[in-house]
Amino acid sequence: MSTHILEVNELKTYYRTRLKEHVYAVDGVTFALEEGKTLGIAGESGCGKSTLALSLMGFYFPPLHFGGGSIIVGGRDIMKLGKEQLRSQVSGREISYIPQAAMNALNPTLRIIRFIEDIMKEHRPELTKKQVWDMAAERFETLNLSPRVLNAYPNELSGGMKQRTVIAISTILNPKVLIADEPTSALDVTSQKAVIKLLKSLLDKGFIRSLVFITHELPLLYHVTDDIMVMYAGEIVERGTAEQMIFDPIHPYTKKLMGSIIVPEEGMKGHKLAAIPGTPPNLKNVPEGCRFADRCKYAQEACRQGKIANKTLGDRTYRCIVEPETLREWYANEGE
Amino acid sequence: MKGNNVLIEGKNLTKVFGFGGNKTTAVDNVSFAFHEGEIISIVGESGSGKTTLAKLIMGLLKESAGTIEYMGKPRRLKRHSDRRKYWKHIQAIFQDPFSSFNQFYRVEKLLLDCIKLQGEKLTKEEQLRRMKEACSFVNLKYEELHNKYPFELSGGQMQRLMIARIFILHPKLLIADEPTSMVDACSRSTILDMLLKLREENNMTIIFITHDVGLAYYVSDTLYIMEQGKVVEKGPAEEVILNPKHPYTRQLISDVPKIHSEWDLA
Amino acid sequence: MNSSFRILIKSPKFMFGACTLLAMIGLVLIYPLFNRSDPLEMIALAYQPPDAKLLLGSDNFGRDLFLELIYGIRTSLQVGLIAGVFATAIGLVIGLTSGYIGGMIDNLLTAVTNIFIVIPSFVILILISVSIDSRSSFVTAVIIGVTSWPWTARAVRAQTSSLRNRDHVNIAKISGYSTPRIIVSEILPYIASYVVMAFVLQTASGILSEASISMLGLGPYNTISLGIIMNWALVFEAPVAGAWWAFIPAAISIAMITFSLYMMNTGMDEIFNPKIRS
Repeated sequence: MSTHILEVNELKTYYRTRLKEHVYAVDGVTFALEEGKTLGIAGESGCGKSTLALSLMGFYFPPLHFGGGSIIVGGRDIMKLGKEQLRSQVSGREISYIPQAAMNALNPTLRIIRFIEDIMKEHRPELTKKQVWDMAAERFETLNLSPRVLNAYPNELSGGMKQRTVIAISTILNPKVLIADEPTSALDVTSQKAVIKLLKSLLDKGFIRSLVFITHELPLLYHVTDDIMVMYAGEIVERGTAEQMIFDPIHPYTKKLMGSIIVPEEGMKGHKLAAIPGTPPNLKNVPEGCRFADRCKYAQEACRQGKIANKTLGDRTYRCIVEPETLREWYANEGE
Repeated sequence: MKGNNVLIEGKNLTKVFGFGGNKTTAVDNVSFAFHEGEIISIVGESGSGKTTLAKLIMGLLKESAGTIEYMGKPRRLKRHSDRRKYWKHIQAIFQDPFSSFNQFYRVEKLLLDCIKLQGEKLTKEEQLRRMKEACSFVNLKYEELHNKYPFELSGGQMQRLMIARIFILHPKLLIADEPTSMVDACSRSTILDMLLKLREENNMTIIFITHDVGLAYYVSDTLYIMEQGKVVEKGPAEEVILNPKHPYTRQLISDVPKIHSEWDLA
Repeated sequence: MNSSFRILIKSPKFMFGACTLLAMIGLVLIYPLFNRSDPLEMIALAYQPPDAKLLLGSDNFGRDLFLELIYGIRTSLQVGLIAGVFATAIGLVIGLTSGYIGGMIDNLLTAVTNIFIVIPSFVILILISVSIDSRSSFVTAVIIGVTSWPWTARAVRAQTSSLRNRDHVNIAKISGYSTPRIIVSEILPYIASYVVMAFVLQTASGILSEASISMLGLGPYNTISLGIIMNWALVFEAPVAGAWWAFIPAAISIAMITFSLYMMNTGMDEIFNPKIRS
C-alpha cells in the first residue's frame, strides 16, 4: 500500500454555526489515491465536496473545524504537523489546492511574475530574480502559455487565461497532488477545454503526479479522471472507475445522477431525464441509516436503521444494503 | 407542439450600446421567426449577445434598428398602456433565482400578485385553489410554503416557484434565460420537464437562452447559434447538432465533453 | 422587517443610543408639565451658581438655566428632526430618480449633486441665514435640510442603479407594473434600512449645524435652542465670569444627543450592512 500518494481515513470536519451547532459537512470520509492516478469527486451542491477539498489541505479556519481522522500525504499524517511545518513543507510542495474562485483571488495590482517570486522567496530563497523569471518562463512555455503573461496584470487576462495562469502558478513547485475545486464551472466551454488540456499536460509532463478534480459536471469527469467518487450529505456513497460509474452505477443515488446527464449526442432527444424528488437531508441532524433513503424509491425498512457500511465489489465501493445484482434488476424493470 | 402560425418575428434587429467611439454592437442584424408552441434555443457563449436579444424581445431594451412583429403586427411599445398589453403575453424566468424574488414578500403574496395581474374578480377560495394548483404543478406544497420568505427556500425550489408563476399567468411567450445554470443536475431535470409540460398544456412558445449546447439540443425544436452578435447558424435542433455546418457551431459542439464518443483534447 | 427590528433590540450599541435619546426626549416632554414657568422669566440675580432651587444656576439675565436647557434641547431636537426629514426626503427623491431612470437625467442630477457636495454647505447656510430677515427655528431647520441632502442622494443613487438591473425588477416591469409602484415595492424595501440610517445621521448633523450657526448669532430668533444658550453665554462673557454652568451643560447635551444618534446609527450599520456583519 506504499504507492498511495494520498490516504484519507475517517476524516470528519464540521462547521460551527452562530448558534454553536456542529454541522458535519465531511462525515467519516475514507479513500486513497494511488500515485499517477486521477480522482474525480462529484455530487450536488451542499454535499460536502468542496469542504472535503478544503479539508485535505490541513488548514482549518473558523467556522470550519477539524473533527477527527487522518490525512496521510507521502507517508506523513499532515494533521499531526504544526501550522508552520504544514505551510513550509506540505502546501505547494506536496499538495496544492485551487479554490473555486481562484481566478478572482489574484491581487489586481501585482504583475503575474510577482506571485511566483513570492512563492520562490518562501521555498527557494537561493534563486535570483533572473533565475525565477527564466524558470517561470520555461514552465509557461512548456504548458503552452505565453511567457508574456508573466508581465501582465491579472485584469489584462481573460477569465480562462487567468484560471490557467493560477493553475500554472500553484503547480510551480511540482506538488505531488493537485486538488482542483470546480476549476472550470465559471468558464465558457472553449476556455473550459483549455483548462482541461492544461491539467492533462501537467500530468503528462510529470509536473504533478496525481489530480483530485471536483465538479458537478459528470461528462467532464468521465474524460479527465480515472476514478469517480460520488458524495452525498457528507458521505461517499460510491466509488469506481469513470467507465463503471457512468455506465453501470450501483448506488441508487449515483444511478439518478448519471441519468440526469445531458450531452449533445444522438439519442439524447427523446431520452427521459432522471429526477430526484425531495431535497437532501439537513446536515444539522442527519437521519439514521442511509442518508438517501428519504428520496430513494427502493428504500426499505432496513435502510433506515443503524449505520450503513461501505461494501466492496472488486475495486469498487458502495454504500447500500441491497446487492448490486438486485439493484441492476430493479433498474432494468423500471426502464431507467 | 410546434404550429404553423408565426407568433413573433424579428427583422434585421440591431442593438448598439454606447455613443461615439465607445460603440459596441451587441446584436447585429438578427432576423428570426418563432412559431406558436415552438421551443427555440438561442445558444452562445458569454458576450455573444444572446441576453441582449432576449431583452429586446421582452421589450426591456429598445432596438437600435430593425423591427419586431408580434402576431403579424408591428410591435408598439411607445406608451405604457401599449407595453402593458404586450407584456400580458410575455413572461420570463431568469438565471439567478436568488435575485428573481423580492425578498421582502412572502411566497403567498408573490402568487397572489400574479392572480391579481390576470384582472379577474375571484373569491378568496378560488384564489387559494389556483395557488394550490400552481404549486402542485411544480411539486411544491402550498401549505408548507405560503408563509415563507424566498431566502428560506433552496435554489431549485425558487426556480420551481418561478414556473408556478408562469403556470398562473400562462403567457403566450416565455423567455427562459439560463433557467437551470444555477441549480443542481437533478433539479435541472425537474425544471426542464415542467417547462416541457407547460408547452404541451398551453401551447406556449418558449425561448431558451443558454450556453449549453447539450441542454439546447435536449429541449428545443429549433436552434439559433449566436457568435458576437450575429446568428451564424439556425435550423432544426437535430440537424444543427448532428450535422453542424458553420465552423463555430462545430467548435462549440466539439468543446463539450460527451459520454458516448471520444473528446478530442488535442 | 419585524425580524430585523428584533435583531436591533439585541444590539447593545443601538439600545444604548436609543435609551439615552428616549430618556432625554421623555425629560424635555415631561418636565415642562411640572414646571410651568416661562423659561425667559428673570427670577434671580445674574450668574447664580447651581443650588437646590436653581439646578443649573442662572444666566446673565437671571433666568433659570435648567428650564432654558430643557426648552433648548426640545428646539434642537425639533430642528434636527425637521432638517433630517428634509435632507432625507430630497436626497431620496433625487437619488431614486437619477438611479432608476439613468441616462441623461442621471448625468444631470449627478452633476448637480456633486456641485452641492463641493460647495461647503456651511457657507451656504451662513449666507442664507444672513439674507433672510425673519428666521424661525423651522426656517433654520429647512435651510439646514436643503443644504445637506447630497450625500444621501449619492448613496441612494448608487444603490438604486444596482437594484434597477436585478431580475425581480425586470419581472415587475414585464408584469406591467407602473414605475412608481416598482420603486415603492421593489426598490424602496431594499434601501429602507439604509435610508433610516442616513436619516439618523442627518438628524445628528442637523443638530450640530443648528448649534454652530446659532453660536455665530445667525440662528433662529424668539426661541431657545442649545446653540442660542451657548451664544448668550459667549456674548455676555460667561466664561470670563467663571459661570461654567451657563454653557457646559448645553455643550454636554449636544454631545449626548449626537452621540446617542451616532450609536444608534453604528448599531444599525452593524446589523444592516452585511459586510460588517460577517
